[in-house]
Amino acid sequence: MKKIIDREQVRYIAHLARLELSEEEEKKFTRQLGEILAWVDKLKELDTSEVPLTSHALPLTNVFREDELKRSLSEKEAFLNAPQKKRSHFQVPKVIGD
Amino acid sequence: MNLYRLPAYELHQLIQDREISIQELTRSIFQRIEELEDKIKAFLSLDIEGAMEQARRLDRKLSQGKKLGSLGGIPIAVKDNICLKGKRTTCGSRILEDFRPPYSATVAQRLKEADAIIIGKTNMDEFAMGSSTENSVFQVTRNPWNLGSIPGGSSGGSAAAVASGETVMALGSDTGGSIRQPASFCGVVGLKPTYGRVSRYGLVAFASSLDQIGPITRDVRDCALLLGVLNGRDELDSTSLDYPVPSYLEYLVPDLKDMRIGLPREYFVPGMSHEVREAIVQATGVLEKLGAKVEEVSLPHTEYAIATYYLIATAEASSNLARYDGVGYGLRTRGKTNLIEMYKKSRQEGFGEEVKRRIMLGTYVLSKGYYEDYYGKAGRVRTLVRQDFEEVFQSYDAVVTPASPTVAFKIGEKVDDPLKMYLSDIFTISANLAGIPGISVPCGYSQEGLPIGLQILAKAFDETTLLRIAYAYEQSTNWHKSKPEDLKL
Repeated sequence: MKKIIDREQVRYIAHLARLELSEEEEKKFTRQLGEILAWVDKLKELDTSEVPLTSHALPLTNVFREDELKRSLSEKEAFLNAPQKKRSHFQVPKVIGD
Repeated sequence: MNLYRLPAYELHQLIQDREISIQELTRSIFQRIEELEDKIKAFLSLDIEGAMEQARRLDRKLSQGKKLGSLGGIPIAVKDNICLKGKRTTCGSRILEDFRPPYSATVAQRLKEADAIIIGKTNMDEFAMGSSTENSVFQVTRNPWNLGSIPGGSSGGSAAAVASGETVMALGSDTGGSIRQPASFCGVVGLKPTYGRVSRYGLVAFASSLDQIGPITRDVRDCALLLGVLNGRDELDSTSLDYPVPSYLEYLVPDLKDMRIGLPREYFVPGMSHEVREAIVQATGVLEKLGAKVEEVSLPHTEYAIATYYLIATAEASSNLARYDGVGYGLRTRGKTNLIEMYKKSRQEGFGEEVKRRIMLGTYVLSKGYYEDYYGKAGRVRTLVRQDFEEVFQSYDAVVTPASPTVAFKIGEKVDDPLKMYLSDIFTISANLAGIPGISVPCGYSQEGLPIGLQILAKAFDETTLLRIAYAYEQSTNWHKSKPEDLKL
C-alpha cells in the first residue's frame, strides 16, 4: 500500500508550521499522521459534490460596528509579556543584512 | 453542614439570610482544597488573597444592606484558557507558562459583575487539545471518584474541582466535548451553549468555529443560574449573537408533558459499554414517565463526525496557533539564532506533543494540493451533520444520547494512541459541528462506582428546552446527590 504521507513530506509540513521536530518526532508523526489520514479517508465514501461548505455554524456574514475611537491597551500593557523589547518595539533577531 | 457540598443557589440563599458569611464560605472552600488538592490536582493556580479580599468586600456590602448580584459570594473556578487580567493564564502549555494577560475575558467580567468570587485557574489539556487532561504539561488531574482514573478533558480540572467540592461552580470550554465529557466522567452537570450564545472574548482560541465557554456545576439549577450570567451579546466578540436571553430558571419545571424526544440509533455503537447502554435505556424510561414521548430517530452522518471534526479543528488550530512565534508574548528560545530558527525553536520547545501533532495535521490539510480533499471535504460533510439535526428537530424537541461510550478510563490508558483517544469524543463532537447546545447530567454509576452521563441536545438557541429536560430528569432521580466522598476519598 502506498503511504499517504512520507518522512520528506512531514519535514516539509513541519517547516511550513515553523516547527523543528526531533528525529524521533518525525518518525512518530509520519506513522501517526499516516494512520489518522487513512482513517479520515472514510469521508470519501460520501458524495458531497452538491453539498455547500459550512465554515461556520451560524448564519452570520459581516458584522459591522461604528468606527469610533475607544480606549485600548496602553503601550505599557501591550509590552508587558514581550520576551524581548527595546523602547517601544518588539525585538527580534536580525532579519536583513546577514 | 459541609458548605462545600451545597449548590450555589442554596449557598446564595444562606448568604442572603445571613446564615453564613461569604468569608466563611470562601475559607471553607480553600480548606477543602488544602485537604484534597494533593490527590486531585485540579488547580494550576489559586488566588487566595484576591478571593478573600473580594469576600470581605462583599460581606461589607451585604452588611450595609446592599443587594448582591445573582452569584453573590459564590466561589468559582475558571479553566486556565480564560484570561484574567494580571493572573497567570497558561492554557496548560509551556509556551504560555508565564503569560499574564493585560485584559480579562468577557465571561470573567460578567462573573465579577454578578459578585462571584474567582478562586483559581483549573488544569486542562494543553490548548484544550485532549480528552483526559493528561496533555497538561504541568500535572495530571485525577478523577475524584477513582484516583487511578482520568477526569476527562479537556476541562478536567474544572469538572474534578466541582465534583470534589474544591469549588462550587466552574467554567470550562468545549470545542468537541471538553465540558460535557469531563462533566459526565466526574458526575456533575456540564453545558455547552449554542455557538454564539456566550462571548469568546478572552478565551485562548483553539478552533474558532467550534469553541464555546460554558458552566460546570453541581446540578441543573446552578447550571441555569451560571449560564444566565455568562450569556448575551458582547461587542468584543463579533460571533456572539444578539439573541433574546431567556430567564432560564423559569423553565425549570418537573414535567415533560408534550415533549418529543429522539433517541438516535447511530449512537448505540458496538464498543459502547454495557453499563452505559443500560443507564441510557433506564433514563429514557424516566423521561417517558415524566410525560415525554421518546422515539428512535436517525442521524445518519454520525459516523463521519469525528473525522470531520479532526480535520476542521486541526486546520483552525494550526492557523490560530501560528501566533505563538516568540515575539509578542509567550516563550522564546534562548540562544542566538536567526528569525526563522527562533520561531521554530521557540515553538518546538513551547508546544507539547499533541499540540504539535494537531498543528502538523492542520497544516497538512490546509496545504496546497490537499485543501479541497481534506478541509473542503470536511466542511461539506459538516453541512450534512448539521442538516441531520435540523431534520430531526423539525419533529423533536431534543435528542438524548450517552455523553461518552464508556466511563472514565485509566490514567495512561490511551496516551500513546491518539486515534483511540480521539474516538472517546464520538458522542459529543457533532454538537460542535452543528453549533447546537448540549448538556450532560449524571444518569448512573458503573459497577466500580464511576459516573455515567446522559447527554441532551437541542436546536440552536434552545437552551431552555435542554435545561427543562435535564432538570425534570434530575429531580426525579438521585444520581446528582451521590458524592465521591461516599467512596472515601
